[in-house]
Amino acid sequence: MQRSTLAFSAIVIAVAMAACSSPVKLEDSSSVPVESRTPTPAGGAGAGSTAGAGPGGQSQVTTVNVDKGAASGAARIVYFDFDSFVVKDEFRPLIEAQAKRLAANKGQRATIEGHTDERGGREYNLALGQKRAEAVQRAMTLLGVADNQLESVSFGKERPAAQGSDEAAWAKNRRAELKDK
Amino acid sequence: MPLRPILSSPALTRRRCCAGLAAFAALPTRAQFRVEISGVGATQLPVAIARFRDEDKAGPNAAIGAIVRADLERSGQFRNLEVAAAIDETSQPSMSEWRGRGADALAAGSVSRLADGRWDVRYKVWDVVKGQDLGGQSLAVVTADLRLAAHRIADAIYERLTGDKGVFATRIAYVTRAANRFTLRITDADGEGGQVALTSVEPIISPAWSPDGRELAYVSFEQQKAVVVVQDVASGQRRVLANFRGSNSAPAWSPDGRSLVLSMSRDGGTQLFSIARDGSGVKRLTQSGAIDTEASFSPDGRTIYFVSDRGGGPQIYRMPAAGGNAERVTFAGAYNISPAVSPDGRTLAYISRLGGGSFRLHTMDLSNGASGNIQALSDTNEDESPSFAPNGKLIIYASRAQGRDVLMTSTLDGRIKTRLLSSGLDVREPVWGPFNR
Repeated sequence: MQRSTLAFSAIVIAVAMAACSSPVKLEDSSSVPVESRTPTPAGGAGAGSTAGAGPGGQSQVTTVNVDKGAASGAARIVYFDFDSFVVKDEFRPLIEAQAKRLAANKGQRATIEGHTDERGGREYNLALGQKRAEAVQRAMTLLGVADNQLESVSFGKERPAAQGSDEAAWAKNRRAELKDK
Repeated sequence: MPLRPILSSPALTRRRCCAGLAAFAALPTRAQFRVEISGVGATQLPVAIARFRDEDKAGPNAAIGAIVRADLERSGQFRNLEVAAAIDETSQPSMSEWRGRGADALAAGSVSRLADGRWDVRYKVWDVVKGQDLGGQSLAVVTADLRLAAHRIADAIYERLTGDKGVFATRIAYVTRAANRFTLRITDADGEGGQVALTSVEPIISPAWSPDGRELAYVSFEQQKAVVVVQDVASGQRRVLANFRGSNSAPAWSPDGRSLVLSMSRDGGTQLFSIARDGSGVKRLTQSGAIDTEASFSPDGRTIYFVSDRGGGPQIYRMPAAGGNAERVTFAGAYNISPAVSPDGRTLAYISRLGGGSFRLHTMDLSNGASGNIQALSDTNEDESPSFAPNGKLIIYASRAQGRDVLMTSTLDGRIKTRLLSSGLDVREPVWGPFNR
C-alpha cells in the first residue's frame, strides 16, 4: 500500500510539474518513440488496483500512434501469396469498404505501401512491392476511387511487419498497407 | 642520396580544405572493421616494410608502416616479412642481406614535422631481387591526413611492384543498421577513418558515388516513400534529385557525372529514366510492361546493364544508354540481379539465385559475347550488392556470417577474400568510390 501511495504521489508530482513547465514542442513529443501501454498499476502487479483507479484517472493511457492512418492498421492490410501480385478474394470486402469510404470522400487521400518478404535483392524487392501496391490501387480505382486520391509506394523488404526467416514471418511481410494521408 | 621524385601530392594538399569533414559527425574514428584473409593466393610477393622513423611522434593514428603493411596484405598479393632493423629512406640497405631474408622488395621511410606544423612523410622502395633503388616520394600533410598519406604510399608501392594502380587511398560507402537506426557511412578502403554522412530512423539503400567522388546519391525513406537524394560529401548539403509520384530508386551515375539513371514508378510499374544531375530533363528510357530496375553503366557510358522481369523472372539485360532495344545477358538460373561492370568493361559481377534459395556472387566474362564464362565467386548464401574497386582488382559485396550482415572483398578469381568485420553492426549496401576523393 505504501508503495502504491508513493507511486501515486510520484504521478501527481509529475503531472503537476508537467502542468507548470513551459509548453512542450509538438514536434518533440511526436518524434519520441511511442509505446503502447496497457493501464497497469504504477507499482506493478503486487500494488493492487487502487493506484490505477486514482481520482485523476492517470491510469487511462491512450495510445498515440504517430503513423497517420495506421490506427485501424489490422483491417487495412492486404496479404499476398509468394511471388504474387493478385489481390485474393478474401480481401475483396476490405478493398470494397475502403474504396467506398474514399469514393464518398473525394478530399481524402491515401497511400498504399507495398512490402515483400526478405528474400532477394533490395531494389528488385522494392519494385515487387510497388507492383503489389499498384495492384491494390487498380482494384480501388475500378471501384470508383479517383486515381489522384491514391499514391502507390513501396518499402520493398526494408520494413518487415514480422521478424524471422520462416514462412510464418514471410507471409506477414508480403503485404500492402493502406494509410490515409 | 637525394630522393628521386620529391613531390607533394596535389590531391593531399587539396584535401586539407575538407579537413572539416571530421567535425560534422562525432563518431568513432577507431576501427570499424578488421580484416581477415580467408584464402591464400597462388603467388604472394614477400615484402619488407619497415616502421617509419619517428612515426610515433605524429600520434597514435600515424603508424604509417603498419598501415602500409596492412594495406598490402589485404590486397592478397603480398606477404609481409618481419623487419627488426631501424632504417629509413636515407639508409643504404644491403640488398644481399635482404635477399637472404627472403624479401623481394623493401620499403622504409620517416615522419618529420615541418615548420608550418604539417608532417613530411618520406619513403623509398628497393627492388631487392634486382638490387635496384626504385625511388621514393615526400608527402607534406596535416595531422588528419596522415592515414591518407600512408594509404597513398601503399598505393605507390603497389603500383611500383604490380604495375596496377592501388586503391588503398580510395573510400567506400555503406549502410549500417543498429537499434533501428540506419547510418550511411564513409570510410577509407581499409574500413578505418569512418565518418557518418547520414543517419535516419528510416531505411537508406542503394548509395552511389558520383564519378568525381564528391557526391553520393542514395535512396532515403525519410518521407515515408523512396526518394532519391544527392548529398555533397564534404559539406553535407543535400538535394532531392527525384521525388516523383510513387517510388524513386536505384540511382546510377553516368561515367561523365552529368546525368543519372533511376528507377521510377511515376507512370506506373517500375521503369528506367534518365535525369540530369540537377534534376532536370527527365526522360523515360524503357517502355516495358515489366519491372526494369538496377541500372548500371558500362565504363564507356554507352551501354546500360539493368534487371528486368520481362521474360518472367528477373534477368540482366543491356541496352544503349539512350534507350532502345534491350538484349538479354544472363540465361543461366531463374534469378539474376544487381549487375556491376568492371572498370575495364570486361567483367560483369552480379548476384544469382541458386537452387535452395541461396544468393551468390557471380562474374561473367563479357569479352566474348552475350554469355561468356560464368564463375561463382563465393560459397556463401546471402550475397548482395557487388561493387568494383576502381582498379578492377577487387569486388566488395554484402553477405551474411554468424547471423550478421557483413562486407566482404574478393579478388576477381574468387581466391582471396577478406571479411571487413564490424563491431556489432549490421553492414550492407557497400559501394566502392572512385580514385578521386
